[in-house]
Amino acid sequence: MNSGIVTNLWLIPAIPLAASLAILSLANSRRKSAAALAVIGQVAALTLSIVAFLPTLETPGFRASQNFTWFTFGEQPLRIGWVLDPLAAAMLLMIALVGLCIFVFSVGYMADDKNFTRFFAYLSFFSGAMLGVVIANSLLLLFVFWELVGLASYLLIGFWIERPSAAAAAKKAFITTRIGDMGFFLGILWLYGHSGTLLFYDHGSGCLESAGLAMLGTSATFIALLIFCGAVGKSGQFPLHVWLPDAMEGPTPVSALIHAATMVAAGVFLVARVYPLFSLGAINGVTPSLTVVVWIGVTTALMAALIAIAQADIKRILAYSTVSQLGLMMVSLGVGGVAAGIMHLLAHGFFKALLFLGAGSVIHGCHHEQDIRKMGSLRRLMPATFLTYAVGMMALSGVPLFFSGGWTKEEILHATAHWPKSQVPYYLILAGVILTALYMTRQIIYVFFGKPRAASEHAHESPRVMTMPLIALAFCAIFFTVVLTPAWPWLHAYLTGDPALHFDSGRLIQPVFFVSLVLVTAGIGLGVLMYRRAGLQNQHRPAKTDPLEYAQPTLFHFLENKMWLDELYDRTVVAFAVVSSRVSDWMDRYFWDGLVRAFGGLGQLLGIFTTDLDERGISAGVDETTIGTRRIGRVVSGWHSGQIQTYLGAVAIGMLALLLLYAWLA
Amino acid sequence: MSPTLQLFLIVSAALFCIGLLAALSRRHAIFILIGIEMMLAGANLNFIAFWRFSSEPHQPTGVMIAIFSIAIAAAEAAVGLALVISVYRHYRTTNVDQLDQLKG
Repeated sequence: MNSGIVTNLWLIPAIPLAASLAILSLANSRRKSAAALAVIGQVAALTLSIVAFLPTLETPGFRASQNFTWFTFGEQPLRIGWVLDPLAAAMLLMIALVGLCIFVFSVGYMADDKNFTRFFAYLSFFSGAMLGVVIANSLLLLFVFWELVGLASYLLIGFWIERPSAAAAAKKAFITTRIGDMGFFLGILWLYGHSGTLLFYDHGSGCLESAGLAMLGTSATFIALLIFCGAVGKSGQFPLHVWLPDAMEGPTPVSALIHAATMVAAGVFLVARVYPLFSLGAINGVTPSLTVVVWIGVTTALMAALIAIAQADIKRILAYSTVSQLGLMMVSLGVGGVAAGIMHLLAHGFFKALLFLGAGSVIHGCHHEQDIRKMGSLRRLMPATFLTYAVGMMALSGVPLFFSGGWTKEEILHATAHWPKSQVPYYLILAGVILTALYMTRQIIYVFFGKPRAASEHAHESPRVMTMPLIALAFCAIFFTVVLTPAWPWLHAYLTGDPALHFDSGRLIQPVFFVSLVLVTAGIGLGVLMYRRAGLQNQHRPAKTDPLEYAQPTLFHFLENKMWLDELYDRTVVAFAVVSSRVSDWMDRYFWDGLVRAFGGLGQLLGIFTTDLDERGISAGVDETTIGTRRIGRVVSGWHSGQIQTYLGAVAIGMLALLLLYAWLA
Repeated sequence: MSPTLQLFLIVSAALFCIGLLAALSRRHAIFILIGIEMMLAGANLNFIAFWRFSSEPHQPTGVMIAIFSIAIAAAEAAVGLALVISVYRHYRTTNVDQLDQLKG
């Protein structure tokens, strides 16, 4: 029998969702109650997540699910439920904790916004939906929450709806992810058609358990790839990554929560959740579907890292970095390092949320300026932000030993290096690691070093309600390291269900540690070398020009314009949509409308004919009859004199006539 | 000479014709009613005559019919007189020439 927390696991998403409804019903002016409700809901979700986390510690590979019938159509019951296992529990903790930090930060960041209550309603709604994604034990339930998360993302990207660019970005995000979700949904249908169940774990008969998998056979590859389409859309993988950088139009806490830490990681989580589908029939750990995952991930990771080098918007750089890191996680999943990918997801959730909140603090301090070329020297004006940002930057760059990102990145490198199919992804990822360190160094130098420029002259440190979450997240980013090191790979064992390993400092330093160290040093060194004078004027280069732009203008413009991918989509996909809608418009106007008009004309003609018949034929006949009747009536009524004796005389004459007739006949 | 059937028929036809003439020509409603009574008297006489000269004069059938007929005529006269009084009250006249409200 399940323990109490498993039975009541639904409370974790339900509480923030209820909080969201409660906030929506508040008046716009009740800001304090709104923030309090949201934060209390999040604290409750975090508490329950911790309670849910505890039983998973007791036995390695703990898994408990609670299923029930939602409704029955015909003979087929449709069952949904929730599951608690290490993957779900770890995700719950990360989402609830990062979410709480971001909720608190938002209280400060959104303090001046007139739609403060609405913002918290949406945030709580998102949080509930995201927690729902994690605990779902049915592909259908997961899909429902998946779409709710997408809706929350749409609402929050377009939160400043009065900005046309925000509205456009919200639409772009929604439509682009919808393309992926279409594939996801087809995958669900296909899976249901073959296995007859959408439950992941159902005491041996779920679709991820051996009996269910056996029914799939070769179609598992296609189903897995269709489901991967959904992950590609949600996690901003190439070629559907274009919405994620634009999504930065939303408020910065939204970018931190949804577009860095949690929702975009849902794609990675999804692949990890249905991993048995991907790895079904694996030969030496390689399947066609996993190979696709690897190559998509590698392409995304490298491409996004390259683009990030040439961006000027502080949030866009982080957005491309997120895309790149998500690609890295996909690679890790694809090569078989599921635990490594999820560990990187969790670590990334903390440090990327930290970086985004740091960026939010910078933007807040610089009076809503987002162009890094206009900042500079902020380390003196915003020390708390600078220190926490530096922690985040080093974690993201993968500086080894003290920062969580370094260890998880090593794990991924380790897993990729042992992929039997090809070594190319490994080397491309090594390049990606250098690029990551490079663009983060560039950003740090531009924002925090050098001389103050236009936007940073009157900058100020953010209030404590904003710096406290930063500090909390920085601590998470550092102390998370404890469970990641190869010396005591507790998290790895926890996720894979192996029995806990003992501490062994001899395993701390692996060969890949040195590879990583060299790469990161190279990246940061290259960055310092290239950008140490960035933003300063010298005799050859004006201050506004980026050093890379000065050295390689063509390459820089290629990257600055995001490899012209938006333009490519504009010319192909969007153009196709426009042309096809023009064609259907023309068809509607002239072909279908013409057909309808022709039928209408036919009816009209028939109408004219019948009107004529009516008027000239039937109506005229009736008219003549009435006229005749009236004429006769007039004549006959003239005979009625009203003289009773006249009538009597007529009767007498009539009688006489009858008598005569009788006499004549006789 | 004993009276024959023809004689009775002539008398009754004469009575009928006089009554009819009165009903058609008099202008006063009361006289028209009297004319009608005369026509009925002619008809009754006819009945009695045919009965008296029939093959079974000892059966009282003809008398019975005549008595019924007279009773009905009395009732009819009562209704007629009531109508005349009512008409007079309404129109202040009993001259049938002026009573032409049924004119079409």
